[in-house]
Amino acid sequence: MGQGKTPSALPDIAHYTHVPNRHWGRWAAVAIILLLLTGLARAFAVGDIEWRFVGAFFTAPAIMAGLANTLWMTFGAMALGIALGVVTAVMRMSPNPVLQGVAMGYTWLFRGTPVILQLLLWFNLALIFPRLGFGDFSVRTVDVMTPALAALLGLGINQGAYTSEVIRAGMLSVDAGQYEAAKAIGMTRLRALRRIIFPQAMRVVIPPLGNEFIGMVKLTSLASVIQFAEILHAAQNIYYANSRVIELLIVAAIWYLIIVSVLTPLQMLLERRFARGTGGSR
Amino acid sequence: MSPLVSIVDVRKKFGDFQALDGVSLDVHAGEVLCIIGASGSGKTTLLRCVNQLVTIDGGAIWVDGELTGWRIDGNRLHALPEKEIARQRLATGMVFQRFNLFPHMTALENIIEGPVQVQGRDRAEASREAEALLARVGLADKAGAYPANLSGGQQQRVAIARALAMKPKLMLFDEPTSALDPELVGEVLAVMKELAASGMTMIVVTHELGFAREVADRVVYMDRGAIVESGPAAEVLGNPKEARLKAFLSAVIA
Ligand SMILES: Nc1ncnc2c1ncn2[C@@H]1O[C@H](COP(=O)(O)OP(=O)(O)O)[C@@H](O)[C@H]1O
Ligand SMILES: [Mg+2]
Repeated sequence: MGQGKTPSALPDIAHYTHVPNRHWGRWAAVAIILLLLTGLARAFAVGDIEWRFVGAFFTAPAIMAGLANTLWMTFGAMALGIALGVVTAVMRMSPNPVLQGVAMGYTWLFRGTPVILQLLLWFNLALIFPRLGFGDFSVRTVDVMTPALAALLGLGINQGAYTSEVIRAGMLSVDAGQYEAAKAIGMTRLRALRRIIFPQAMRVVIPPLGNEFIGMVKLTSLASVIQFAEILHAAQNIYYANSRVIELLIVAAIWYLIIVSVLTPLQMLLERRFARGTGGSR
Repeated sequence: MSPLVSIVDVRKKFGDFQALDGVSLDVHAGEVLCIIGASGSGKTTLLRCVNQLVTIDGGAIWVDGELTGWRIDGNRLHALPEKEIARQRLATGMVFQRFNLFPHMTALENIIEGPVQVQGRDRAEASREAEALLARVGLADKAGAYPANLSGGQQQRVAIARALAMKPKLMLFDEPTSALDPELVGEVLAVMKELAASGMTMIVVTHELGFAREVADRVVYMDRGAIVESGPAAEVLGNPKEARLKAFLSAVIA
């Protein structure tokens, strides 16, 4: 074939300018979305909302205390959930059929009932067991099972049932050859899991776990039904007194959005940390 | 002198399939044994039995004077606990067909993982030894590289160094070059030849008949879970007796 010259049958277009696609549809969509947003903003501005109350209660002491409770409950319940999830996933993957059965039973029980029901059960544990402990070392259940403890147990144990499946998926994603290589250098099963399997499973586990974390931020609001003073409960207590229902709900909503916005970049940092050895930015 | 490895009438079934059907084999210290045979003949299974990645159904395997997997008590055998099996595996290094390097660790971290985490050796000292091992396999400049950034031949050489770092008495190779591009086979075989020359005891499953002819003290031909023919490399490869072996050799060479 001749170099430099196109065959004479085709038009010579090598020097023409390339014009990219204009994407008119996108521009139209942006215009419509902006219009809708402006309308929405205007509706809220002229609607029956006293925005100065939102500002006034945004950092009220009760709201701040509720925020702190929401935060520690989120991290506490997730920590409990992840710990239980890891143990359950390891049991489920163990060669021991008894451990497998226990793990499957736990997942079945806690995924099979609503969280709100579980919260109520923990909170009302005193109705089943008036005292906890044995003999002289026992306490009245109502003294121990505070709203905070009931919420931590209810949310954490329920979360563990879901997290175990996320962890198990991560473990299954690691090639079987990795277990064998770990055994071949003399590792026991648990050491192989800790040093070889879990670090690799993390890559698969973090995105869904980030999802669960964000879910937990909002799930803590369920604990308001057992009188746990998280942020929604604090907002409700205030509007029961002053009737500024919408303003306080907006305060709570903004705080939830702030928490979730801070958690998202944290997840991206973690993802980058565990992408080690995967050959760049994958 | 008693053999380093003694395999006595070993049997293994997967479901209804008899993968090993009474295999007996001795390997002496310093010996290089090559196992050849068609795909599915049980070569991998035999290697995996030796370092207990597979538990045998019958027979016995002795490594370095120890019965593997079982404790003798009178006329009974009790299964060893996992910790003891892990300890017994330290006598054996294994190199896999698909390398199986730990992808989240650098070449150096791969090599010191066993010495530091399992054998509890000093990290700095283990790192110095790892660097010497990397130099020995021709990868002195790759200590900080992750497996994803190494070629197959380089990964396999790191895998050999990782196995050697445990100071095993016996090295098992399961088709160490069959996952490699043809131009990378030579560099791995060269490392294995050097290792053989240094006196390491090796059991090598391979289709590289040239390597077997040059390096092996003995060649074993397996078919359908049993040893069909064995002897000095020149004899088994140059003057096969069994019809099945003759057919296999002509198929591999063709
Ligand atoms: N874990 C296993 N489960 C079931 N069958 C297996 C397993 N490992 C090996 N086998 C079967 O045993 C036979 C021998 O396999 P293998 O030892 O890998 O042969 P080779 O390495 O000689 O190709 C094959 O038919 C294989 O399918
Ligand atoms: Mg094989």
